[in-house]
Amino acid sequence: MFSKAYSAAIHGIDGLIVSVEADVSDGLPIFDMVGYLGSEVKEARERVRIALKNSGYMLPPKRITVNLSPADIRKEGTAFDLPVALAILTAFGHLPEEKLKDFLIIGELSLNGKVNKVNGVLPLVYSAKQRGFTKCIVPKENAKEGAVVEGMQTFGVSTLKEAMELMQEKEKIQPESIDMDAMFGQSHKDDIMDFAEVAGQKAAKRAIEIAVSGMHNILMIGPPGSGKTMLAKRIPTIMPELSFDESMEISKIYSIAGFLGSKPLITKRPFRSPHHTITTTALVGGGIIPKPGEISLSHLGVLFLDELPEFQKNTIEVLRQPLEDKAVTISRLNASYRYPAGFMLVAAMNPCSCGYYPDRNRCNCTINQVKRYLGRISNPLLDRFDICIEALQMNYKELQIQEQQESSKDIRSRVSLARQIQLERYQGQNIYFNSELTPRAMKKYCKLEAKEQTLLEEAFIQMNLSARAYHRILKVARTIADLDQSERITTRHLSEAICYRSLDQKYWGE
Amino acid sequence: MTKDELYYWLLNLQNIGLKKVELLLRTFGSVEAVYEASAEEFEVFRRECCPVTLRFSTQDIHTLCTNRNPEIIKERYAKLRKSGIYFVSKEDERYPEQLRNIYDAPHALFVKGRLPQKEEKLLAIVGARECTPYGREMAKYFAGALAKEGIGIISGLARGIDTHAHEGALSSGGITYGILGCGIDICYPKENFNLYMQLQKQGGILSEYAPGTSPLAGNFPMRNRIISGLCSAILVIEAKEKSGSLITVDYGLEHGKDIYALPGKPTDLLSGGCNNLIKMGAKLVTTPKDILEDIFPNYKQRIHDFKKNNKILELKEKIVYASLCLEPKHIEEIALLTGMTIDVLVEQLLALELKGYIKQIMRNYYIVIE
Repeated sequence: MFSKAYSAAIHGIDGLIVSVEADVSDGLPIFDMVGYLGSEVKEARERVRIALKNSGYMLPPKRITVNLSPADIRKEGTAFDLPVALAILTAFGHLPEEKLKDFLIIGELSLNGKVNKVNGVLPLVYSAKQRGFTKCIVPKENAKEGAVVEGMQTFGVSTLKEAMELMQEKEKIQPESIDMDAMFGQSHKDDIMDFAEVAGQKAAKRAIEIAVSGMHNILMIGPPGSGKTMLAKRIPTIMPELSFDESMEISKIYSIAGFLGSKPLITKRPFRSPHHTITTTALVGGGIIPKPGEISLSHLGVLFLDELPEFQKNTIEVLRQPLEDKAVTISRLNASYRYPAGFMLVAAMNPCSCGYYPDRNRCNCTINQVKRYLGRISNPLLDRFDICIEALQMNYKELQIQEQQESSKDIRSRVSLARQIQLERYQGQNIYFNSELTPRAMKKYCKLEAKEQTLLEEAFIQMNLSARAYHRILKVARTIADLDQSERITTRHLSEAICYRSLDQKYWGE
Repeated sequence: MTKDELYYWLLNLQNIGLKKVELLLRTFGSVEAVYEASAEEFEVFRRECCPVTLRFSTQDIHTLCTNRNPEIIKERYAKLRKSGIYFVSKEDERYPEQLRNIYDAPHALFVKGRLPQKEEKLLAIVGARECTPYGREMAKYFAGALAKEGIGIISGLARGIDTHAHEGALSSGGITYGILGCGIDICYPKENFNLYMQLQKQGGILSEYAPGTSPLAGNFPMRNRIISGLCSAILVIEAKEKSGSLITVDYGLEHGKDIYALPGKPTDLLSGGCNNLIKMGAKLVTTPKDILEDIFPNYKQRIHDFKKNNKILELKEKIVYASLCLEPKHIEEIALLTGMTIDVLVEQLLALELKGYIKQIMRNYYIVIE
């Protein structure tokens, strides 16, 4: 007899529906699995056979063939165990065949018949929904993840037997449900970090506020212990709250990477801070079985690179292209995968190898050493930082000042407003933030009047700025004007943007 | 062969350095005598006159005896002249008078550009390589102001204070001399190449080392004795308590030169050497006038006191300008001092920067400039 169940495989960050066909016929008692399978999928044979036996189903000595179709795409992972077991049971007549076609089935089997959790349930269920499925069976531990997808009845099962009972409708199992509002509402309450905790650092805070408003990449330079890391960690707290769609997008990536943990959805902006020994693959994603890297895990959030010059040069250079495209494409012989990577890059570094330049009482580095330290970062990468700010080391007296510091909430409300202005302005143009402005769009949206033109011109001649700097200054000035809710870019906005202009090697150290 | 050619021959022999040349000349009496001496005479010289520490070897005698082809010497000398390098021996009348009188004076100098004249007033400006912006601005200011008054500025073309002293003198159209610790055809440090070229036009470059000599650490203290020998006074801008600049000062004291020192804050490591000099009796200088008065006895104040602030500024700019000094200040500190918010403050800072009154020495650190 022949039967067909449905399961799904991960392809990039999407799910691909895979039909699991089982056939039982006369012949030598062999259990065969075909369909371009990875070794862990091939091993499903043993797991399924023993799990069936231990769940009380005897397999009569027949020739069993299982095919995973489409047969020309390589299948990986252990999520096919459960659908294979159910397809075989159906082929042997334990279940009516038409039952199977309503369900999408995912799950790994233990030898004792238990269903174990798998990675990537969210994107799999999500694409099943898009393909018209309405019910799915997933491991109990992943049930909440699946329940997030609206319009899908997700059933969590913990054993093979339970799955059978569900199919046979012996017992009425309720689909998993989840209270989304409560989940989103709660996420901000457990924010333990706040900008109010950072004493002083007015200039740095202001620069960060501007950077977040326009999604500009920012580079912070300062001596050890000046609070660069502390500031960076608090950046997600001033970013606008995640919308459901955004949360879905991030959660899919985390689900595939297996970082979702016990939570069904990611409800907080990601903040990833990889150590500087990270490899290129870990940063951008890849591997034999491609997995998203840190840049995808920080999608719609912050990627923080502390001690930027300490990173391997070729590791950080690979960031250049994803920064432009907001996605990374990883190509393999069999397929190419596209992972989103729309992150805000925040980097921190010391001004020289000892960290104290220009304090000559503490820094003994020669000018050349200082220049060489900065030279470890290539100019093309430096160019991607729209904003650059020097964090100052606070002395004891300044730390003691009991000044009321602004809380993250206040800053966030201003940021949200500025972002709203940008969204409205660029509606329907595939631009969301000022940092994404093309030179052509800039001509339209960053018009300067005579007075501002002269100022910029003067600054250009006096400071010997490069053409690249010109565009970056204009973009940042646009964001500052948006924060000010001003349609026009005034001299003040422009001056501030020039002050934050990115590093130019020429002017570094004298 | 001319005397210059003979000196050129003697100073360009392999493994025969300044110490050996010195002893040879003293023993044989003149450069001609050395040129004509036989191998036996050198052997006697080696056995009887040379201290063991000099390591005058039979190999050196061989070198002295075999490299005597006058044609080759003449050809090489002509080639040197062709590349724009003058060779001035001690017996040449162009040899700087100031140097003639010092102990240990170099036997000959390689020169690019011009040589200091007999009646020329010369001041050496020395200081740390890793200087602060304060030192940099002061070196530029003093060198500029003094060079404008016709004083030639001597320094070592090294990084830091030396560089800025030369730059200051050049920018005010004055004359400045660089004394090298390497061969005259080598620009060390490399980043000073522009300065190296400029100096040849607006002054001169001097070295006692043969072309091709690399900048060895041991050469520099020797170079300092020429700096000190040429000048009539030494100004120390910034020096740590143990600094190479103090070697120049030691030579200067031996040569009987005036020592000037620019004071600094007691907490600044880089002013420690200067402050010590002042304690020991060096003249404390706060304006170029202090030096000019000593050099020109009838000096009347002609230069402006640099502290006078007669700039036309708006009120806010004035507040910001007043909060700045020659010590780099971060915008955070300036904001604290002026009580302005960051966005207002940066506007003022940019305006001042564009007017050329202040300067950003690195990200967000500002100083005033003269």
